[in-house]
Amino acid sequence: MGTDPGPRPAGPRPAGWPGVSRRRWRRAATAYLFLAPALLLLGVFTFYPVAFGTALSLFEYDVISPPRFVGLEHFRGLWDDRFLWISLANSTKFLLVVPVLQALSIGLAVAVNVPLRGIRWFRAAYYLPVVTSMVVAGLMWRWLLEQDGVVNYLLRAVGLLDRPIAWLGHPDLALYAVMFVTLWKGLGYYMVIYLAGLQAISPEYEEAATTDGASRWQVFRWVTLPLLRPSILLASTISAIAALKVFEEVYVMTAGGPMFRTYTMFFYIFDKGFQQLDLGYAAALAVVLAVLVMALSTANFLVFRKGGWSYY
Amino acid sequence: MRYAGLGALALATTFPLLWLISIALRTTGSVFGYPPQLLPYPASLDNFVSVWQTMPLPRFFLNTIVLAGAAVALNLVLCSMAAYPLARMEFPGRRVVLALLLSTLMLPGHVGLIVNFVTLLRLRLIDTYPGVLLPGAVSVFGILLLRQAFLTVPREMEDAARMDGASEWTIWWRVMLPVISPALGVLALFEFVAVWNSFLWPLIVLKTPDKYPLAVGLLYLSGLFAHNTRAVAAGAVMMTAPIIAVFLFTQRYFMRGLTMGAIR
Repeated sequence: MGTDPGPRPAGPRPAGWPGVSRRRWRRAATAYLFLAPALLLLGVFTFYPVAFGTALSLFEYDVISPPRFVGLEHFRGLWDDRFLWISLANSTKFLLVVPVLQALSIGLAVAVNVPLRGIRWFRAAYYLPVVTSMVVAGLMWRWLLEQDGVVNYLLRAVGLLDRPIAWLGHPDLALYAVMFVTLWKGLGYYMVIYLAGLQAISPEYEEAATTDGASRWQVFRWVTLPLLRPSILLASTISAIAALKVFEEVYVMTAGGPMFRTYTMFFYIFDKGFQQLDLGYAAALAVVLAVLVMALSTANFLVFRKGGWSYY
Repeated sequence: MRYAGLGALALATTFPLLWLISIALRTTGSVFGYPPQLLPYPASLDNFVSVWQTMPLPRFFLNTIVLAGAAVALNLVLCSMAAYPLARMEFPGRRVVLALLLSTLMLPGHVGLIVNFVTLLRLRLIDTYPGVLLPGAVSVFGILLLRQAFLTVPREMEDAARMDGASEWTIWWRVMLPVISPALGVLALFEFVAVWNSFLWPLIVLKTPDKYPLAVGLLYLSGLFAHNTRAVAAGAVMMTAPIIAVFLFTQRYFMRGLTMGAIR
């Protein structure tokens, strides 16, 4: 099917192919036999969808009747599609979570990058939200964020809030409440990436700066942070893509509401594709999202690559 | 002083989970209310017993174990098969295959969601476990992880076996796999956690509630029993406990695997 680069037949050596010994042929055949199941599955479920997904966006398809070619009609319709713009706006706003998440994770990684007894248990505690299922996390936070929930109680106890707020039901705040849960669940993951980055930095640089009389903040700002740039590139790219494609926390906590204020791109694709079975249109939306994702990762790469020293 | 700061942070990140356990253990009093009751008193396991007996939770557990077990087994076998020639054999097209694998890490995966649904429809695999499992049966992350492990195996081990007339398959199975078992462990761990928590794809593929894994099932139950927060909380605790236990016992491998791949 499709673009499967797949296994080659392990037949006998074709006549008149000079210079290739029988042994090399057998060796190649064995290699491809080992690779065959993986390549077949990847071909069908990973490579083929890229090609066919683009093709599908040119068709009208609802599973029941056969696909009907409509050309670029879906893409023309996108411009006047109110829900596309709503979901696009929400997904874009969701990107705000990226810098906050990265800054906090870097701070956390610096805090746990110390040779303290039992430090790995603290790291584990910060990592626990990552291994918690989004369904559990979402349900839990839904209860915590209720009008008479714990979050309101704590905020009022410390005097930050006068009246309790139904966070997930508030048109202007729901999206930020969802983003907060993404933040809580992601911290530990990015902390580990940055921790690995920090530990790969040779201590000599920081020591040299300290000897020259730099303060701890100066060392961090002018030595550690620039050396951490490869990790920042990696983590912020992963995080930005995840933010653009946010779905699970929205599905569990707000289902796109209130009044479509948390309706994201991926949620729209899910709705069109799997609730309304308008698969051709959903594929067109998916193509739009794919273009955005690729543009964003390229931009991210360019931003973090340029500047003074390159150490790739 | 250091510990106080770190401890306060740990309390902040784990607080929601502790609070979840607290409501699951409580049988009286309201979950919401002012001021909220943070400590479970009186505490009992009644919610756990009743949710286990009255809701199809045992069924969901069994489904999840079957799915996670099958996904782990498939990935270990298929990824280690694919990784072996990529690490230890010279053959035409090796670089192309490697480049193809690396390119998938940059593909936006969500396009696959719609097309794979159509593919499974055509194969009549909607609402079946093979349908849930097949698209994730080989992870590129797994292949690359295991390839890295195969690369570190010393040449002599392989040569000794080859001298004895062993075939490639025997070398792969008898010589190589035992040596790279730590990496296999890391992959198994990641796959297990990922499948245990996976939610979107089973939600799309499975149509019969009886076949739901825990993540989908729990959400389904929370809709049906919206008024019974404590029971749903008990279910959530039961779903999360095994994964947290696995994580705490294996965190060393976990962190190592994350930094090796930093994917997913």
